[in-house]
Amino acid sequence: MSISARRSLLPLLLGAGFALVPVVTGGDVYTVNLAIRIMCLAIAAIGLDLILGYGRLVSFGHAAFFGAGAYAVGILSTHGFTSAPLLIGAAILAGAALALPIGAVSLRTRGVYFIMITLAFGQMLFFTATSLSAYGGDDGLSLPARATFLGTDPFGSPLSFHYVVLALLALVYLGGRAIVASRFGRVLRAGGEDERRVIAAGFPITAYRLVAFVIAGGIAGLAGGLYAEFTEFVSPAYLSWQRSGEFIVMVVLGGTGSLHGAVLGAAGVVLLEEWLAEFTEHWRLIFGPLLVLAALAGRDGLARLLGRGTR
Amino acid sequence: MTAPRPILQLQGLVKHYGRLRVSDDVWLDVAPGETHALIGPNGAGKTTLIGQIAGEIPSDSGRILLDGADVTVERPHRRVHRGLARSFQITRLIGGFSALENVALCAQALEGSSFRFLAPASRDAGLNAAAIAALAETGLAERADIPAGRLSHGEKRQLELAMALVARPKLMVLDEPMAGLGKAETQAMIAVLRRLAGQAAILLVEHDMHAVFALADRISVLVEGRIIASGPPDAIRADAAVRAAYLGEEV
Amino acid sequence: MSTTLLLIQTLNGLQLGVLLFLIAAGLTLVFGVMDFINLAHGVQYMLGAYFLAAFAAATGSFALGLALTLAAALLCGVVLERLVLRHLYGRDHLDQVLATFGIILFLNEAVRALWGSAPLHVDIPEALSGAVRLMPGLLYPLYRLVLIGAGLGVALLLYVLVTHTRIGMRVRAGASDAAMVSALGVNVGRLFTLVFGFGAMLAGFAGALAAPILSVEPGMGDNILILAFVVVVIGGIGSVRGAFVAALLVGLVDTLGRSFSTSLMRLVMDSSAAAQAGPALASMLVYVLMALVLAVRPRGLFPASAG
Repeated sequence: MSISARRSLLPLLLGAGFALVPVVTGGDVYTVNLAIRIMCLAIAAIGLDLILGYGRLVSFGHAAFFGAGAYAVGILSTHGFTSAPLLIGAAILAGAALALPIGAVSLRTRGVYFIMITLAFGQMLFFTATSLSAYGGDDGLSLPARATFLGTDPFGSPLSFHYVVLALLALVYLGGRAIVASRFGRVLRAGGEDERRVIAAGFPITAYRLVAFVIAGGIAGLAGGLYAEFTEFVSPAYLSWQRSGEFIVMVVLGGTGSLHGAVLGAAGVVLLEEWLAEFTEHWRLIFGPLLVLAALAGRDGLARLLGRGTR
Repeated sequence: MTAPRPILQLQGLVKHYGRLRVSDDVWLDVAPGETHALIGPNGAGKTTLIGQIAGEIPSDSGRILLDGADVTVERPHRRVHRGLARSFQITRLIGGFSALENVALCAQALEGSSFRFLAPASRDAGLNAAAIAALAETGLAERADIPAGRLSHGEKRQLELAMALVARPKLMVLDEPMAGLGKAETQAMIAVLRRLAGQAAILLVEHDMHAVFALADRISVLVEGRIIASGPPDAIRADAAVRAAYLGEEV
Repeated sequence: MSTTLLLIQTLNGLQLGVLLFLIAAGLTLVFGVMDFINLAHGVQYMLGAYFLAAFAAATGSFALGLALTLAAALLCGVVLERLVLRHLYGRDHLDQVLATFGIILFLNEAVRALWGSAPLHVDIPEALSGAVRLMPGLLYPLYRLVLIGAGLGVALLLYVLVTHTRIGMRVRAGASDAAMVSALGVNVGRLFTLVFGFGAMLAGFAGALAAPILSVEPGMGDNILILAFVVVVIGGIGSVRGAFVAALLVGLVDTLGRSFSTSLMRLVMDSSAAAQAGPALASMLVYVLMALVLAVRPRGLFPASAG
């Protein structure tokens, strides 16, 4: 099978797999909810893969934009807004709007500086969320009602929620693929390989990276907004740096720079956590060393083990 | 007599690293269409000078005029848009891109906006045609689909040249394009550069004296950060100071 | 706001700054010398606190516990470096992030498994309990003063070590050009292990000092790690002097910001709005400070190498 055929086959299989989850399980609520959770996180991971996988910028603040989207939905809901397009639109906007100034400052730097600074700004937003005493502070806030759309209840049942999120995941994935293949994506990818070359070719690379950073922020905002609708709850924990780390783990283990790898990674991490947690509450004692081994084996080692020949 | 305005003018350019003056009051003109070779022993400051011209290294004093415009403090990518293209001493290519895509990347910097997000760039007929043409001019058309990382060293050199060429520059700054090439490859590269001469001015930094004397209309000699002589090849060959400082052992 | 409160908060700020410096010093050297991003530095701080709690309880002596803690922290750092981190030098930063993130997950969980999730209590040593009258109406706990003093002492020691000894010179040279140091025939592997172990010991020392006054609990190193990152970024990677200045700056700005922001906001808005905005603003202050420093000096206040 040619590489290009594989590249379109695996995403198709993934999509079909998610579509069939409710059918195969007979609408089992636990499994469907697990799939929804995976898909929400997968959307955010796709956003991260754009900048991390293609732009080779290790952003450690991705959860902040995820959380911004969640809080946008949470806060608007408590003020009585219920229109799904409005809430989800606000979530995207919140993620993107925060990514703009943070990206503008962070992208002035490189390497470990960039990692630390995105981490620090993520933490800043985390603490900001904990200080929002009107919206629950440390404890977070519960959504009074789920969003509606033209009199319907898209997030009302696990089943319809599942397919709405799947449709959005597909949209984000296809949009991401278009961006990667576009003129813009070409500059971003080239910059990931050799920044000096791209500047010498005549591109102000930072501007391209900033736009990519903002797009990634918007996608994370979308994911966070959906996640808030899913859990009917928002808390500062959504913005924690451990969650940013988890997003990185998803993208890396799934294989950077393929987009569907991010989906695979999200599924892998969530399922692994669920599975390990069945054996012991201290499942991180196993998960942590696994990450160390994956890093030592070479970053894509585990990706190769999990999904042989996906790249 | 009115000589045409030089495409590149360096006026008293200076760069210090600590107390070391790497570029020490450099004056240099490159005329339109001229192939101007810059030679000098290792450590003379050629790479620093190229960095200053390209805008990667800020100058401490002096001016750089590109096609009459003062670009001394302009950022590197802006200079590209004014018609400056460069190659690197150690090849810099996007290894994961095909040869064609490397050249198309450079083409798209100067043709239309690159803030386009949806249409696939690889099917952009305009960019591809320009890229193929540039690859053909450097003799690399048949290798268009090969990933740049898998090309031979000589082919990578040709690719770098195509990437400079596709921008239709007014001035190409080539940093040792013959470095690491075999005899036959060097001959091929000389033939390519000779064909290109006249399309754009070339500032050629090169150690291969055979190539320099085969290609250059004028030669400037940089020693310890200063231009010690500048003139037609025959005059340089005969220049006593140059022979003493540099050419003696090689010509 | 009264002068007394201002003084107390300034001392509290110094105390945080000193702790931050002890953590950031090792961090900045590891960044500078090895170009290595070590997220697991915060857990070394946590381990320091837990070691002290365990050893002080076991030996019945704070001083003995502290000595054992330092040795254990050093050992932990060296083992971690030999076992995992040294295989990641020169690799992509992403690999380093992944591995050290895994170490954090593991060690935080290990501490939770061994000691439980509830915070541990550590007594202030008898000799250092009580308060000192600094001026009329201003009592300040002796232990906290000793902590500040100890931190400043270590800073001085470190300064002498780095600027006036052969090994310090190598470390400084390594921070600006590791290849060069290697070319000079220095055993870079051993130098790295040393720097790493020493950094871990300093972080452990900070954790041990903090144990009696902060709650000893799993994950206690995570948030302070990020503040230490802010310190390293502001100070300039690889610069111990930069870390010192930045740590005090961050400690003071954070502490004073938290205690006075609400009253300051009251000057420009009504008090219920100020009660909302004050804490939010306070929690952002150090990060805004970082952004401002970066805007003016992208390589920090004291860039270690000019090149």
